[in-house]
Amino acid sequence: MSVNVRIPTILRTYTGGQAEVSAEGATLAEVLADLEKNHQGISARVLDDTGKLRRFVNVYVNDDDVRFADGLATATPDGAGVSIIPAVAGGC
Amino acid sequence: MAVQSVESSTTSPAASPASTSPTPSFGPAVALSCRECGERFDLGPIFACTACFGPLEIAYELPTGDPEGLRRRIEAGPNNIWRYAPLLPVPADVADTPSLNPGFTKLVKADNLARELGVTGELHIKDDSGNPTHSFKDRVVAIAVQAARTFGFTTLSCSSTGNLAGAVGAAAARAGFRSCVFIPHDLEAGKVVMAAVYGGDLVGIEGTYDDVNRFCSELIGDPAGEGWGFVNVNLRPYYGEGSKTLAYEICEQLGWRLPDQIVIPIASGSQLTKIDKGLKELIQLGLVEDRPYKIFGAQAEGCSPVSAAFKAGHDVVRPQKPNTIAKSLAIGNPADGPYVLDIARRTGGAVEDVTDEQVVDAIKLLARTEGIFAETAGGVTVGVTKKLIEDGLLDPALTTVVLNTGDGLKTLDAVAPTTGPSATIRPTLDSFREAGLV
Repeated sequence: MSVNVRIPTILRTYTGGQAEVSAEGATLAEVLADLEKNHQGISARVLDDTGKLRRFVNVYVNDDDVRFADGLATATPDGAGVSIIPAVAGGC
Repeated sequence: MAVQSVESSTTSPAASPASTSPTPSFGPAVALSCRECGERFDLGPIFACTACFGPLEIAYELPTGDPEGLRRRIEAGPNNIWRYAPLLPVPADVADTPSLNPGFTKLVKADNLARELGVTGELHIKDDSGNPTHSFKDRVVAIAVQAARTFGFTTLSCSSTGNLAGAVGAAAARAGFRSCVFIPHDLEAGKVVMAAVYGGDLVGIEGTYDDVNRFCSELIGDPAGEGWGFVNVNLRPYYGEGSKTLAYEICEQLGWRLPDQIVIPIASGSQLTKIDKGLKELIQLGLVEDRPYKIFGAQAEGCSPVSAAFKAGHDVVRPQKPNTIAKSLAIGNPADGPYVLDIARRTGGAVEDVTDEQVVDAIKLLARTEGIFAETAGGVTVGVTKKLIEDGLLDPALTTVVLNTGDGLKTLDAVAPTTGPSATIRPTLDSFREAGLV
């Protein structure tokens, strides 16, 4: 299954400056593994040493924050949009 | 004067690729430092570590060695946040540039409220509703505007739960920037009007604050957002430092004394972490006595991810979908949540939450006892203070400061259903007597 992955500015050094790339995979974990094949080093920026999502990275599949879904096991249907976004905040 | 590096990193910094000498535009700030891994970067419009995505914050070389001289210099400064310019990432002549000049708001000794709550020590309200746009946001925006000017941005922007949008619109108008700010479409009417009146663009987004935040993060990486300074995204390291001024003011207004306990609202948790940073700096600079203080965080039950993590003993925060009247605190995925947990535990404080009903009761309690009309976030802090005293977690015999971060006029909807005239009468004395008010 092919998905479009939006790459944040700080990871674009791994994608030759591209803001969006395609990747294959039925789950987020598979998509990230496929990304790593084509853009070596990117996965270590998104995942920590134990293979979990880093705590300051938010990943969305379409409009859903994967932390509210199944995390790395979240399904990535064909044509889905995956966004990787650094955590930021406003408020107090 | 000698200089001393002051950082809040919880890990030891890595070898620094960044320059280490202060630049005039940023005063005593020397670098950006990752709070997760300690990696350092040159001062620039960046907010996340390229190595680990951790948040970046300002590292300083602060003036040490002459605390009396520094204290005199501060006390001789203007009655706004720029009196603390030697401790902020701003140029020395910052007070001469167009700004709303926020800060130095009242620290109100709340004796009536203290009696109601059974407090025998000193109880103070730091009332930040007195800022130019009636919330603490003017402090953080003022610092971000200075950074935007230095980086050559011409448009100021932000994702906002309302207060920030107004603060950015007003600051942009005064400082000569264009503004375009983004808010959830269903905010309180007062906040929408306050954000729009300054003449910049205001865009309502169909979604929660977290959706707005996500949108802004994506806009930054897109050509459409090129050259924009998002005060709480790509200018966030500078912006956040504005909250340190709350710590400085509280201590100066207490006679250069640390409070024993502070109750602070939590949305992203940024303000709480920066107040802690400010207190630590004052201790390191010798401006206050080095002794323990406790920091308490306050949330509304309908958006209490940090409180839930604190009570469960977790060191990570599980995001929630917000559902509370305290919309200025309705951030379900708080970026600084883990740091808040560290600080509450390190200082012996706690994180607690109250229901929306308790928030409304607390707004009325503060209004009735001290004549201060707080927005919902102030209801959260006063409500949590009451609960912490009842639960024995906050010592009523000590000096306590409770933050009110905004004006009740912004959140009239919260109290309107249960607040109104005592009676409506005909304009006659008989009618007044019949109303039973005398």
